[in-house]
Amino acid sequence: MTENPNKKRLRRSMMFLNAQKPSLIKDPYIYKIDSLMLDLEDAVAVTAKDTARFSLYHALKTIDYRGAERVVRINGLDTDLWEEDIRCSVAGGADVIRIPKTENADMVRAVEEKVVQAEEEFNREPGSTLIMAALESAKGVMNAYEVCMASDRMIGIALSGGDYTKDLQTKITGTGVELMGARQHMIIAARAAGVQCFDTVWTNLDDMEGFRKDVQTIHDMGFDGKSCINPRQIDIVHKIFTPTQKEIIFSEKVIREIDDKKAKGIGVFTVDGKMIDIAFYDGAKRNIMLAKAAGVYKGDL
Amino acid sequence: MINAVGREIPEEILKLTGKEVFQGTHHFDGKIVQKSGPKTRVVINSNGSKLVDSIHDVLVKCGLKDGMTLGFHHHFRNGDKVLNLVVEECHKMGVRNLTIAASSLGGQNDPIVPYIEDGTITNIQSSGVRGGIGKAISEGKLKGLAIMRSHGARVRAIETGETKIDIAFIGAPTADEYGNLGANGGKADCGVLSYSAVDAQFADYVVAVTDNLVPYPNLPAQITQTYVDYVVVVDEIGDPKKIATGAAKPTTDQRKLLMAQYCTDFVTATPYFKEGFSYQTGVGGASIASTISLAKVMKERNIHMSFGVGGLTKPMCDLLDEGLCRTLVDTQDFDEDAIKNISTNPRHFYITAGEYANPFNKGAYVNKLDFVILASLEVDVHFNCNVVVGSDGYVTGAQGGHPDTAAGAKCTIVIAPIMQGRIPTICTDVTTVTTPGEDVDVVITDYGIAINPKRQDLIEATKDSGLPFKTIEELRDIAYSITGEPEKVQFGDRIVGIIEARDGTIMDVVREIKPFEFKD
Repeated sequence: MTENPNKKRLRRSMMFLNAQKPSLIKDPYIYKIDSLMLDLEDAVAVTAKDTARFSLYHALKTIDYRGAERVVRINGLDTDLWEEDIRCSVAGGADVIRIPKTENADMVRAVEEKVVQAEEEFNREPGSTLIMAALESAKGVMNAYEVCMASDRMIGIALSGGDYTKDLQTKITGTGVELMGARQHMIIAARAAGVQCFDTVWTNLDDMEGFRKDVQTIHDMGFDGKSCINPRQIDIVHKIFTPTQKEIIFSEKVIREIDDKKAKGIGVFTVDGKMIDIAFYDGAKRNIMLAKAAGVYKGDL
Repeated sequence: MINAVGREIPEEILKLTGKEVFQGTHHFDGKIVQKSGPKTRVVINSNGSKLVDSIHDVLVKCGLKDGMTLGFHHHFRNGDKVLNLVVEECHKMGVRNLTIAASSLGGQNDPIVPYIEDGTITNIQSSGVRGGIGKAISEGKLKGLAIMRSHGARVRAIETGETKIDIAFIGAPTADEYGNLGANGGKADCGVLSYSAVDAQFADYVVAVTDNLVPYPNLPAQITQTYVDYVVVVDEIGDPKKIATGAAKPTTDQRKLLMAQYCTDFVTATPYFKEGFSYQTGVGGASIASTISLAKVMKERNIHMSFGVGGLTKPMCDLLDEGLCRTLVDTQDFDEDAIKNISTNPRHFYITAGEYANPFNKGAYVNKLDFVILASLEVDVHFNCNVVVGSDGYVTGAQGGHPDTAAGAKCTIVIAPIMQGRIPTICTDVTTVTTPGEDVDVVITDYGIAINPKRQDLIEATKDSGLPFKTIEELRDIAYSITGEPEKVQFGDRIVGIIEARDGTIMDVVREIKPFEFKD
């Protein structure tokens, strides 16, 4: 199994969409969302799980999502629904399975086993279905690193702030103070494991300034993206995740200089008066990728 | 005979109406036309009052008889009570074969449907029809022909005598006993009486209907005593709650906001967007949102609008109040803010529908527009628009000022989502042509923007804007790739209505609906 080339793709925005609602899932790509999170779990009533799977399967099979990644949130492993959810998602060709309420590596492995079986059953290419884990409890957050390391298919972990703060016996305050520890711990764990890290949703659509500050905070902390609940949040996220022209120009120079100096056998040098070595390379590459996604980079790198 | 938008207009209809086929928007530019004058029953006596006790009495005084044409305005929109009241009385008096020549008709007029069925009304002339009357027309219940014409075309038809109004009824929010009529200060304020001006000037009899009689003289008056024969006071001319709603909350629908942003980005990339530009927009969510986002750019670049035209809503009045727009000229008000604004801001002016849009006068306001932002039920790959007949074949909309502003504006922009529900908006051929593609410059959808290839200047001016340009065929193909190509609506043979072009020629015909049958 070769590594899935999409494992580290750009995921600035990941929007929740109720898989049961055709009006929501028919063409959300027009909002230029990086990843669509088609939900079979909490958004879908217990009595409507089957119809949601049906519409999800046909949406995955028939709709051209024009490059947007298709993540499916399955039902929890404490239900009798998740295995069929996986079969349905893999049969439809979902890109990623999102595991809710993940608490340890065993849960990830259990999902992986079912994904492997489903890929075989439906003749999907082995390894084509990736996995991500939502951490929704204190225990899940504490075990973040083992969760990140549990599977080669793991793209990353996402914080689910609502359930997590209930478990902490507090609530979402809007200040972020209650999420501080989890966020810091998760980003460290994700980076240590070499996977991505996504932040929780912001539910108050009337407070767009609060949302903007929240996104700026998690961007500065190192997160890869933000979970969204409404298309009007997308632009704000993408703007914050767009490098400035200054950063773009500097990153371009760094990449060109490192490529050039490596060929000449030079390890450390300066760009615009700053000491640069190979450690800057990945960050600079990432900046160019973000700039391209935002349509603000016209260069040839 | 095939007209300039490729529609076959049967000879029988040309013969029946005495009309020609549409030959292009500017075909009659410079033509000399003769206006037709109304009969005037002169008033030399000093008896002082034109008050008549009831609608019944006034119909008797005006000599109501079979086959007459009655004029009405639709400034009270969904709250109108005047038309139903008058037609009800006509029915009671047993007259037949009436023609209703209204500036528009809607669901509020559903109570007159039985009088179409029983032959009280046999002809309808209107900007369009929504609701039950549209259904009745499409199902062939109207014995004569429905003529759908734009606001400008209605004025043309009346002024040239093509449509002779025998009795015009003007619902007036304020009136004095001698017939000076105002549109602000009563129970049923509507802001302006623009559509009625031509009725007042050209109908043989003019009847004011009010629920708010005020002391003489009622000044300033939009329609003055020299045109009015009689004044009737009734309990209620309109339901204020349905005449105008509170200002619509700016939309939060991201799809509409996306199209509004495309529209603003496009408008500001054209050479027409400069100090002193002029602008008109409709009342749809995306149109209103584009006015709001355009205001931001106007502030940033310190650019002012010389004048705005309406159909007005709060966002346009805000531009005026904030000094971003220097003048508003008003033919209709869609919300309470706009109704209030005309009586409070001295740069907000009443104009008549003729001044607004009549193609057969010496120059209407629409001719001076730089931009108009419109919507459409369907747009085809020839850029033809359909705003009257639904994709199901039923008459369900109105031309309003759509063809007038599209013809007049230097840059006509139509905003429409690529599909509505499961129906593609961008299609190969519209069900019915109401606005010719030659007058439509840009189509903005949620999937991209198409510029009419005739406008190479606009294509060149906006090519570096970074906007998602596509050809109109590409947009159609995207729509069909999602919805499939719909089967054509099946119509019967009988022609139940015509779509009249601004100049009185025939743009298209509307046929009787035929119940859908699946192919074997």
